[in-house]
Order: sequence, then C-alpha cells, then structure tokens
Amino acid sequence: MSIQSCVTIINEWDIVAARQLGRNVAKELGFGTVDQARITTAISELARNIYLYAGKGQICIDKLNDAGKAGLRIHAADNGPGINDIRQVMEDGFSTSGGLGAGLPGVKRLMDDFHIESETGSGTQIKATKWLR
Amino acid sequence: MEIINRVIANYIQEHKQEILKEWIQTTKETADDRVLRVVSDEVFTSTSSEFIDLIITNIKGLKEDYNNKLTDFAEKVVRLGWPLTFVTRGLHTFGQIVFHRMEESGTVNRDNQMDMVHQFDEWITPMNNEIVSIYSATWEKTVSLQKIALQELSAPLIPVFEKISVMPLVGTIDTERAKQIMENLLNGAVKHNAEVVLIDITGVPVVDTMVAHHIIQAAEAVRLIGAKCMLVGIRPEIAQTIVNLGINLNQFTTKSTLQKGIEAALELTSRKIIKVEGAM
Repeated sequence: MSIQSCVTIINEWDIVAARQLGRNVAKELGFGTVDQARITTAISELARNIYLYAGKGQICIDKLNDAGKAGLRIHAADNGPGINDIRQVMEDGFSTSGGLGAGLPGVKRLMDDFHIESETGSGTQIKATKWLR
Repeated sequence: MEIINRVIANYIQEHKQEILKEWIQTTKETADDRVLRVVSDEVFTSTSSEFIDLIITNIKGLKEDYNNKLTDFAEKVVRLGWPLTFVTRGLHTFGQIVFHRMEESGTVNRDNQMDMVHQFDEWITPMNNEIVSIYSATWEKTVSLQKIALQELSAPLIPVFEKISVMPLVGTIDTERAKQIMENLLNGAVKHNAEVVLIDITGVPVVDTMVAHHIIQAAEAVRLIGAKCMLVGIRPEIAQTIVNLGINLNQFTTKSTLQKGIEAALELTSRKIIKVEGAM
C-alpha cells in the first residue's frame, strides 16, 4: 500500500518545495528530528541533481506500509542525459560539476534502501527508502 | 456590427436576473471545494452581479469608461484572492450561458449564427486578456517585491567585538544567496578588520552538499585574506547528516552554539570576558 504525492523540479525553488513535502510526510509518519533531517537532505541532493543535470524531473514521496512496517520512499525520476558509469558516481568525491561529489553516495548512507537505474540518453530513476523504527 | 453588439447587450440587460441565477448555480456546481472556501456566498453574488453590469457597460460602448471599470473589477477580484482559473472559467461559463439562451430564444438563428459567434469572441477575448494581464502584473509585482525583501534579509556581516564578526544565516541558501554570502563575508571581513569570522547556521534548515560546498569555499576565501572562519550553530541532527554525507569540515573550527564560538574567538584573539569584581 502506498500513497503518493509529487513535486515537479524545474527551478531551484522547486527543490525547497520538494524538501518541504518530504519533511511534512516524514513528520506525519512520526520520524524523529534526526531522520527528518536525513530525509530532507536526501531529497535536497536528489532534487538538486535533477535541477543541475537533467533540467527537469520529478520527486515523488510515497508513504509505504509493508507488513506493519511504515516507511517513506523518495522516488526521483528524470528524462535527462543519464549516467554513464553508475559505479563511478557512487564513489565519494566524484563530481562532474566541481561539487563535493558526496551527493549520491551520501544519499545512500542517509537512507536505508537505495536503488538506482540509469540509461545514457534516456534518464535516471532513483528510489531511496527510510523505514520507521 | 454595432447593431448585433447592441442585440447582445439588450438581451443580457433584459434577462439579467435569470442569467445571473443560472450563472451562479453553474459556477458553484463546477467549482471545486478549495475555491468555494475562499469565496463567500454573499461576496460571490454581489461580485457576479457587478460583473454583469460591467459587461453591459462594455457592450453599450463608452470604451474608456469600460476599460477603467474592467481594471477596477480585475483588481478587486485579485484582492479578494479568487484563483485566476475560477475567474476565467466563470467568464467562459457566462458566455456559454448567454449564447445558449439566445439560441433557445431565437435571437441567435441559422442566418446570423457565424456572425454572432464572431461577435461573442470579440467581446469575451479582450475581457479575458485584461483579467489575465492584471493578474499576472499583480503576481509579478509580488514576486519582485519578495525578491527584494529576501535580499534585504540576506546575509549581513555584523561586527560584535574588535576583530570578531558574525554572519548569521537564516533560511534556504540557493546559488544567488551563496554568492552574496561570499561577497559580504569578504568585503565585511576586510572592512571591519576581522581576524575571526563566525558563520552561524542555526537558521539554515537543510545542509546538503551544495550548502556545505559553498560554506567551505567561503571559509577558504576568508583564510586567503588572512582571517579565520568558524562554523557555529550546528544542530545535532545537522551534525549527523553531515557525517552521513561524508562531508569533510576538518579545516574548520566548529562549535554547537554562537556563544561558544564567540568565547573561542576571543581566546584566539587573546582576550576573555571576565566578571567585574565588586559590581552589584
């Protein structure tokens, strides 16, 4: 069972909207302040990647309920250029834009489950889940 | 052309009450709850009635008079906070109702149908345009005012002691603000002759890699002009996310609160705060 709401990312302020949505859902589900911060930071990273590299995409927040276990899933989707070498972007310190290169590996560490799919030329799909303990 | 216009006007004027009734009913049925909460019954009825009067003025000529009234009306609707789609859809519904009624009564018939459609269009489209343009002008004004307001509370560097300055950051940091932070930090540090600059991030809701990157760059630049940068106001949850992200803030002195930061800054500049004996 899941309930979904989405934010379209086109400009920098949409990142704030996506973050706000994530924070509200996390609060609703009963996540503590530390996990709220982790979730909003993860959303921020993913939304910023969309803004920087794909130009346009969507962040969806799903409430999950899996056999009594509640959770929050961030689904980031875009039709951008895609990622050539996924292993490379998951390494700390790799960046094509002069950033810190901590974004994607950071998101993986911030969340419990992390799944990435990308095809060069057709876009990237990332799903990251945090379970309520 | 003029004559058909008058035909529409006369028709609306003669059947004002019935049209008004049907219009209000249809609008209420089609509008969603969100809109109906904003729009109170009484205001809605009086505004609709006012709108019909306005339309009659429109068709009866007196172009200048009408333009002023239309502007007034659009401004009023904006002030009432009615959503734009609600107003434009309302206008569309109004046109449909009038046309349909005129068709039924035979005022619009096979012979003059095309002409009438044309007339309706010429009458409704400018109204639509005017309302949309006033709405967007209001929004543009609001947005630009808010931008200015945001810039005003952007990132001041405040000298608190000799050689010590503080930059409190509140709110989201985007690329634009990051630039300003850097500029204000460097200009301010030189101007106030600061040896220690404290950046307080208590009010920053999310510290992601982009924000961290900008802060690191700013600190590096401050170091180049011969001052020391200290990061204060790191909340426990932010500390944890920074660790999770794997951001290296080793070249920073960091403190949990501004108070501790200022104490450390005083120490760095070989000073401390003491209690005066014999006071009180």
